[in-house]
Amino acid sequence: MNGHPHIAIASGKGGTGKTTVATSLARVLGHGVQLLDCDVEEPNARLFLRGDVQESRMVAVPVPVIDETRCDGCGECARFCAYNALAAVGGAPLVFPELCHGCGGCVKVCPRQAMRETQRRVGMVETAEADGVIVIQGALDVGVAMAPPVIHAVKAHARRDAPAVIDAPPGTSCPVIAAVRGADAVALVTEPTPFGLHDLRLAVEMTRTLAIPSAVIINRAGSGDDRVQAYCRVEGITVLFELPDERRIAEALARGAVLVDAFPEYRSRFERGWKQLVAIATEHHA
Amino acid sequence: MRELVVISGKGGTGKTSITASFAVLARGAVMADCDVDAADLHLLLQPRVRECHAFFSGRLAAIRKADCIACGACLAHCRFGAVSMNGPGAGEAVFTIDPAACEGCGVCARFCPVKAIDLSERRCGEWRVSETRCGTMVHAQLAAGAGNSGKLVSLVRDQARRIAGERGAPLVLADGPPGIGCPVIASLAGASLALIVTEPSVSGEHDLLRVLALARHFALPAAVCVNKWDVNPEMTERIERAASAAGARIGGRIRYDRAFTAAQLDARAVVEADAPAAEDIRRVWHALDAMEIRSELARRH
Repeated sequence: MNGHPHIAIASGKGGTGKTTVATSLARVLGHGVQLLDCDVEEPNARLFLRGDVQESRMVAVPVPVIDETRCDGCGECARFCAYNALAAVGGAPLVFPELCHGCGGCVKVCPRQAMRETQRRVGMVETAEADGVIVIQGALDVGVAMAPPVIHAVKAHARRDAPAVIDAPPGTSCPVIAAVRGADAVALVTEPTPFGLHDLRLAVEMTRTLAIPSAVIINRAGSGDDRVQAYCRVEGITVLFELPDERRIAEALARGAVLVDAFPEYRSRFERGWKQLVAIATEHHA
Repeated sequence: MRELVVISGKGGTGKTSITASFAVLARGAVMADCDVDAADLHLLLQPRVRECHAFFSGRLAAIRKADCIACGACLAHCRFGAVSMNGPGAGEAVFTIDPAACEGCGVCARFCPVKAIDLSERRCGEWRVSETRCGTMVHAQLAAGAGNSGKLVSLVRDQARRIAGERGAPLVLADGPPGIGCPVIASLAGASLALIVTEPSVSGEHDLLRVLALARHFALPAAVCVNKWDVNPEMTERIERAASAAGARIGGRIRYDRAFTAAQLDARAVVEADAPAAEDIRRVWHALDAMEIRSELARRH
């Protein structure tokens, strides 16, 4: 591990309690810990850890613009573009900025230096302080498809000389990869249901593909069956702890309470869970 | 043909359980599971897979070690942080490409002075056409850590529409992904109506407003349904007011009911069980009548 542990909270299935776990971990770690809200499509951590925004920055991605006085319509840029973001139509090509990944290839392959890049806004990164917790939140602009650039921007704002809890988006595809890649360990939050188990398997596969060690937290324990426990036993995956399925918890979270503030009796689970995650990360690096 | 897409913004609000119930109630719709990251509809509809196809999309760069002269041009050109140099100082530099970060743009291959980088087609998952007790279903599974989920969603929807067209099915019923990004945008394009399922919590409210803004951005009619409404009746009222103000119709409320989990454990839809929430779901389905989904069904039958 290089510096302080950076640990991601992910899930596969949505709504299993990632933000509940991430905000509670940040709360028990307290002063100086960073909470990176990388669920940039639906960032929720600040609904629970309220604080004042101290810094706000725009996130932009490079997109090409064409100097029509130089372009001779050769179409090389459009042929090169892997994302169909440029269409050669005779004369200067058309640019579709929403399809552009910002690789910069078109500018480089243009034989007449007729292209340059401009910045297209895709979201915002805000840093807030909530009772000593530094919350760095990314928010994708509504209507923008590609979340990874905003996630990368959140992570670029994180300091390596302080611990970080990374609240990842649901799923297993590129936004999740962008959020968890480079993390020292991942806690996978699931629930003991067929959907929870099915999506946990996918999430475990994802962490194995990325070679990041993982452990499991079972939320709403008692609501389903014990197949998640059995799966973790067979796969040799540590179950850090469980949180019970109680309506009073659901009601407190619905109002915007941090779990360990409303129910301090759960603090010790998160404290122990964090220590175990750090141990798993350290062991993996050794 | 109409197309109803069930989305949510926030994950875990009950999209899949409600979609499966609609599939039972619709009798004869073609289902499309557009949550290709974490597809779960098949767990309730128990499909018999009829066709299975690989999904290739995008490219992946790889360096041929034998031909690499370790000049570092690829590292300098890559904007995605996919190229790394191992073992600096310890003998020769070795460059490698991380498949998890490579976006297949091809810049490294183009600018490699000795053409030591290959681009190969990338297998990103598979998609299937299956038969279920409620009708035909198109579903998919993105490979772990793969990209291009939006393209796979579009493919699933296109196939579902094709099948519905061939059979004269009046409705395509799509189970959408959470969020507001690329797979959600791909789920919404050209749909008739989005049913947004939320829950009465601060997260549910926040995420609903963002996904409603997205529906508005694409000029798509939206209806809102609050699941587990009785967990916080005040918040439910507030959400419905906000949704109406944002131009959405109100699709109804579904009470908190453990029948959702029980039905999942039995691999059934909630409406196939004798549960209070099943009544609520039927009411929501009937409310969609006014939104022409069911009238279209009635007209065709």
